[in-house]
Amino acid sequence: MSTMNQAKVEKYRNDFLKEVTANVEEGEWVKMCMQCGVCAGSCPFGPYWEHPPQEIFMMIRAGKREEVLTSTSMWMCTSCYNCIARCPRELPITHIMHGLAHYADRLGLAPKNQPTRKFANLFWNNLTKKGRANELKLGIALYFMNGFIEGIKTALKMQKMGLNMFKTKRLSPMELLGGHGIKDTGGLHAILKKAREIELANAEKFNG
Amino acid sequence: MADEIKIGAYICQGCGIGDRVDTAQLAQVAQRDAKASIVREHAFLCNAEGVKMIQDDIDNEGVNRVAICACSRRAKTEAFNFEGVAITRGNLREGVIWIRPDTDEARETTQDMADDYVRMAVTEAKYMTPPKGDDNTKYTPKVLIVGGGVSGMTAAVEAAKAGYQCTIVEKSGALGGAAAKAWKRIPQHAPYADPEDTGVAELIKAVEESDKITVHLNSHLTKTSGAPGRFSADITTESGSTTTENFGAIVQASGYFEYDARQLPELGYGKSANVVTQAELDAMAKEADGGPIKTKDGKEVNSVAFIQCAGQRSEKEGHLPYCSGHCCLTSIKQAMYFKDQNPDIDTNVIYTDLRTPGAGGEDFYRSGQQKGITFTKGAVSEVVASGDALEVKFKDLILDEDTSEKVDLVVLATGQVPNSGVDIEAMAAVVEGEEDGAEPEEPTAVQVPVESILNLTYRQGPDVPHLKYGFNDSHFICFPYETRRTGIYTTGPVRRPMDMQQAIEDATGAAMKAIQAIENAAKGRAAHPRSGDLSFPSFRREGCTQCKRCTVECPFGAIDEDEERYPQFNEERCRRCGTCMGACPVRVISFENYSVDSVGQQLKIVDIPDEFEEKPRILALACENDAYPALDMAAMNKVEYSAFVRVIPVRCLGSVNLIWITDALNSGYDGVVMMGCQKGENYQCHFVRGSEIAHVRMSKVDDTLQSLSLEPERVSVHEVAITDIERAPALINEMAETIEKIGMSPFKF
Repeated sequence: MSTMNQAKVEKYRNDFLKEVTANVEEGEWVKMCMQCGVCAGSCPFGPYWEHPPQEIFMMIRAGKREEVLTSTSMWMCTSCYNCIARCPRELPITHIMHGLAHYADRLGLAPKNQPTRKFANLFWNNLTKKGRANELKLGIALYFMNGFIEGIKTALKMQKMGLNMFKTKRLSPMELLGGHGIKDTGGLHAILKKAREIELANAEKFNG
Repeated sequence: MADEIKIGAYICQGCGIGDRVDTAQLAQVAQRDAKASIVREHAFLCNAEGVKMIQDDIDNEGVNRVAICACSRRAKTEAFNFEGVAITRGNLREGVIWIRPDTDEARETTQDMADDYVRMAVTEAKYMTPPKGDDNTKYTPKVLIVGGGVSGMTAAVEAAKAGYQCTIVEKSGALGGAAAKAWKRIPQHAPYADPEDTGVAELIKAVEESDKITVHLNSHLTKTSGAPGRFSADITTESGSTTTENFGAIVQASGYFEYDARQLPELGYGKSANVVTQAELDAMAKEADGGPIKTKDGKEVNSVAFIQCAGQRSEKEGHLPYCSGHCCLTSIKQAMYFKDQNPDIDTNVIYTDLRTPGAGGEDFYRSGQQKGITFTKGAVSEVVASGDALEVKFKDLILDEDTSEKVDLVVLATGQVPNSGVDIEAMAAVVEGEEDGAEPEEPTAVQVPVESILNLTYRQGPDVPHLKYGFNDSHFICFPYETRRTGIYTTGPVRRPMDMQQAIEDATGAAMKAIQAIENAAKGRAAHPRSGDLSFPSFRREGCTQCKRCTVECPFGAIDEDEERYPQFNEERCRRCGTCMGACPVRVISFENYSVDSVGQQLKIVDIPDEFEEKPRILALACENDAYPALDMAAMNKVEYSAFVRVIPVRCLGSVNLIWITDALNSGYDGVVMMGCQKGENYQCHFVRGSEIAHVRMSKVDDTLQSLSLEPERVSVHEVAITDIERAPALINEMAETIEKIGMSPFKF
């Protein structure tokens, strides 16, 4: 993976586009963007991120590998699907944004303190363990996401709500001891393992 | 018998005319004031019975002038179509009842209006002769095609298919033109995914196999004279031998020159052998023939940048201001030459606006993207050598930053420069300047060696006039192919920039136009826009002062000068606009059914009430193509306008003779409103220059007004579009208000 991180990319060559096509979910669509800018104009978060999808696509074509993969931009996507609905070239823009984010995360290039990234990883690890989200553990993990002291403060603040939820049987402290899961957790893990293998095989194939 | 004028006036009572005006009085006016021989009223003139009544009078009573006082001349033309007689129309419906309110106060002025329109219709009929047509016409079913490229060959093949003999005159030693030098063409068939074979070989084969097509290679035209149906052309070969042949029509498909890329040193052209134009790249691809494309020094190309709009769409001096239309698709095609051979070659198309016209354009663009061509929205500033590669410096317009790319080869998308011959208008200006004793101006940015294509013997110059940027046309949208020389049709990139697909469609259209011209000329009929008109201008030689105004001003160069310097009308070239008639200071030019009298007498028969009746009279001369229909449509929408106006349709504002204005003012009209079409660069005049010429002439009307001691406000000239349904009536009302302000004319007797 370290060789991939250092991949040399010449400007306006197809190298990075090819990498994205091979490794990013729906990445084969990037080359079809016609730079109309409708996605950028449609995004409700448009003003808040550094590079709207239109720019991300152009950066990929311009070979700006480092800048794209370390960008926080695609992590800002809230999956509202406005861009997908409006794209005249029918690019699955939302999916590409998540695909890019995932790829950057996999390479370890994604920005460390991006909150969406942190949450996404917490959620994924929580979910895949037993096949069901353990809300209590996820909640606590979230409280402590930004450090121990802040975690304690948030927990105290939420104390009353937690008790109320317990009283109305919306929350079981027993979940802390492992919690409930799906019937065939082993099967799920096998599926995920296989998916991971396919993903890595693709990357392997691309790297030759 | 035929010379004796017998006018039948027919007054319709239908469509509410009978309810709104006293038709018995109209009948009386027609008989007593206008002297019609037969006057009949009918409740429904355009039905079979009414039409039969008129036809019976023509057959049995010897009526040879028919004045139909019913609806606008633009309505019911099929019902009121009688052979061999002159027909005039009194516009009682759109001209009177639909534009006036149905009130007691308005009744009297409405009746006055109707009375006048009846007088005018009958009077016009009196001064009209049924057009007999020209008996000197010739039928020559042969088309001369100048240029043997894709456009020329297509025109020849299409005309030959329709049964017409064709002669192609090609300057070079082979057919095929610019297209023959290309390796492949932009696809013309679904799925529009890959470049296609040019098809030039098949086209050449079709030309060579046709027994109707003759080809003259290494030849050009040294003299072209005549008119549609009787063109005579001297075809001279390189060795100097000349053959003279007759043709019915001419298609000029003289194509284009490549823009001279040496004017783009900033893009490295001429400095590096690896900066080439699109045409040069196609030659390289043809040489490679599917193998790797190599640079001049034999190196395989691994990366290439296409620079769009090189020297085009730019206001810089020496650049082309227009878009050549085909270059974006051509660059996609050429990038595919590389990608199809080896998908790992990097191709970058740098554009500011990607334009892919045509049915398959967008599909072809997508196909290019699928194949991995990079499209970059950017503005290139410079191409410089960098080691053994080239560095393209540009601003990425999406990422908003200055950047660069290193490539092996740079392709410049340069434009098409029309091969349209001599700019006869510029030539005329130079000659005029010399006559005035002024220094001849430096020729400005001449980009191509200017040599006449047609060598016409026309009085106005040896080539077809240019429209814009040197392209030969008369109006890109309204009348394609129709140049300002009747029977000569331009097609292909000489008319406007285009690719092969468009040229093929264009040439087919031009071939159709040429056939139409041949057939019309043989029957003595006018071409567009007065299609089928049999009248033509004639002049009274004794009265002519040889002032040359008609020969200079004719927008279609139809009038030459004979040995004695009298005008020589070429009826087949004439479009019947009457601009010559409007130009003539001694009023010797007329048409059988349209003359200084046919309008002049109409405006004189109008009843001019004396000053104290407070009923002013306004004369409106409205162009029959735009302003008159606009007034008709206003009537359909029941837009009211002044009852004091009398509208006379004219063929073109250019046909308006100043005498009409003088006569009108002398006989007591209080105002004159003239409505022509938009003039100038984006003109809408059907006769191209008619409206413009009229505006120039009328700018001098102030002298006339001054000599009569009248206010200049009494005469106004306007540019009116067919869509000016509210504005055209408003202009009339404006004049009525002006008269109210400045008072009545003192010339009422």
